[in-house]
Amino acid sequence: MSEDSSAAQSPTEYIQHHLTNLHGMIGGNEINVDTVVTGWLLGALVFGGLWILSRGVKTEGVPGKAQAFFELLYEFVDAQVKDMFTGNRRWIVAVSFTVFVWILAMNSVKFLPVDFVGVATHSFAHAWKPVATADLNTTLAISLSVILLMIIESIKVKGIGGYIHELTMTPFHGGNLIAKIVLLPINFLFQMIELLSKPLSLALRLFGNMYAGEVIFLLISLLAGAGIFGVLSGAVLHAGWAVFHLLVVPLQAFIFMMLTAVYLAMAHESH
Amino acid sequence: MNLGMTLLLQGIGFFIFLFVVYKFVLPPLADAVDGRRRQIADGLAEAEKGKASLATAQKEVDKIIAEAKAKASEIVALAEKQRTATIDASKSEAKAAGDREKQMAADEIAQLSVKAKAELRDRVADLAVAGAERILKREINPQVHSDLLGQLKAEL
Repeated sequence: MSEDSSAAQSPTEYIQHHLTNLHGMIGGNEINVDTVVTGWLLGALVFGGLWILSRGVKTEGVPGKAQAFFELLYEFVDAQVKDMFTGNRRWIVAVSFTVFVWILAMNSVKFLPVDFVGVATHSFAHAWKPVATADLNTTLAISLSVILLMIIESIKVKGIGGYIHELTMTPFHGGNLIAKIVLLPINFLFQMIELLSKPLSLALRLFGNMYAGEVIFLLISLLAGAGIFGVLSGAVLHAGWAVFHLLVVPLQAFIFMMLTAVYLAMAHESH
Repeated sequence: MNLGMTLLLQGIGFFIFLFVVYKFVLPPLADAVDGRRRQIADGLAEAEKGKASLATAQKEVDKIIAEAKAKASEIVALAEKQRTATIDASKSEAKAAGDREKQMAADEIAQLSVKAKAELRDRVADLAVAGAERILKREINPQVHSDLLGQLKAEL
C-alpha cells in the first residue's frame, strides 16, 4: 500500500484489499503466492537457524546463550508431551515442536504493522497478505497433516484390524453380534464426526483468531485517515491490540501444539 | 477462499520442516539435554556419596581421637605410678645407703674402742706391773711370771 493509493480507497476497499491474497498459478491451479512464500520462507529461516544452532550444541560443559534458549524451547515442548504420554516420545515431540515453532513464526508476523509489508512488497506485488496463518489453507494444511500422522500412528500401534475395530466397535459396545451390527453404523458415524471435527477445530481456531486479529488491526489503521486525533488514538489502540497479541500469538501456537500432542498421544491408547 | 494447491504446498512444507526437525534439529539437542541431565544426576549421586563417606570419616576420626585420649590418660597414669615408684625406690635406697654408712661408722667406732681398750689394758697392765715392781722393790722376771701377767691382763 503506498500512501496515494490508500488515500483514494474507501474503508471497505482498504480492508478488502488487505485481506486479498496474491494469486498465482501452478499447473493450472490457483495458489496464494504470499501465503506459500511467507510460510516457506519463515519455516526455512527458523528451522534452518535451529539446524545451524543444533550443529553447535555442546553435550558437555556450560551451554551458551543460544543453546540455552534452544533447550528452553525444546524442554518446554518436551515437558508438555511428557505429561500426557509415557513411552518413546521422540516422534511426538518432533511433530509438536515443528507445529509450535512454525506457527509461532508465522503468527509473529502480526507484530509488523499491517501496512509495512504492503509498502515493502508493493513494487513487485499488488497485494501481499503477510500472516500465513490468517489463511485457512495454512492452518488446514497443518491440522490435516497432524490428523494424517495420527491415523498412521494409530494403525502402527493397533494394526489395521485394531484401527478398524476402533472405528466400528467404539464408543458403543455391543454385547452380542446383533447389537454389534446394529451399533456399527452409529459407531462409525461418531468416529467419522470425531475424525473430521479434530482438524476442523484445530484449523478454524487458529485461522479465526489470526484473521479476526488482522481485521481489527485494519480497522484501527483506518483511524489514521481521520486527522491528527485519529492518528493519535489509532496509535494508542494499535499499541494496545498489539500488546494483546503478545498473548494471542504464542497462545494460539501453544494450543495448536498441545492438541497435536494430545491427538498423537491418544493414537497410542486403545479403548 | 481457494482451498487446494496452496493447502497442498503448505502441507508439503510442513512435512519437509518436520523431517528436518526430526532428523537433524532435535537429536543433538535431545542428546545434549539428556547428557546434561545424566551428568547432573551423577554429580548429585557423587555428592551424596561424598557426604556419606565424610560422615564415615568423621566417625573414624572421633573414634581415633577417643582412643588417643584414652591412651594418653593411660600413659599419664602409668607415668604417675612410675614416678611414685621411682621416688619410693630412691627414697628407700637412700635410706639403705644411709643405714649402711651408719652401720659402717658404728662398726669402726666399735673396732676403735676395742682397739683402744686393748691398748689401755696393755698400758694399765704395764703400769700395774711397774707399780708392783716398785712396791715389791724387786725385779719380777717377766719371762718367769709371764703366765701370771697374762692372767692379770685377762682379768683386766
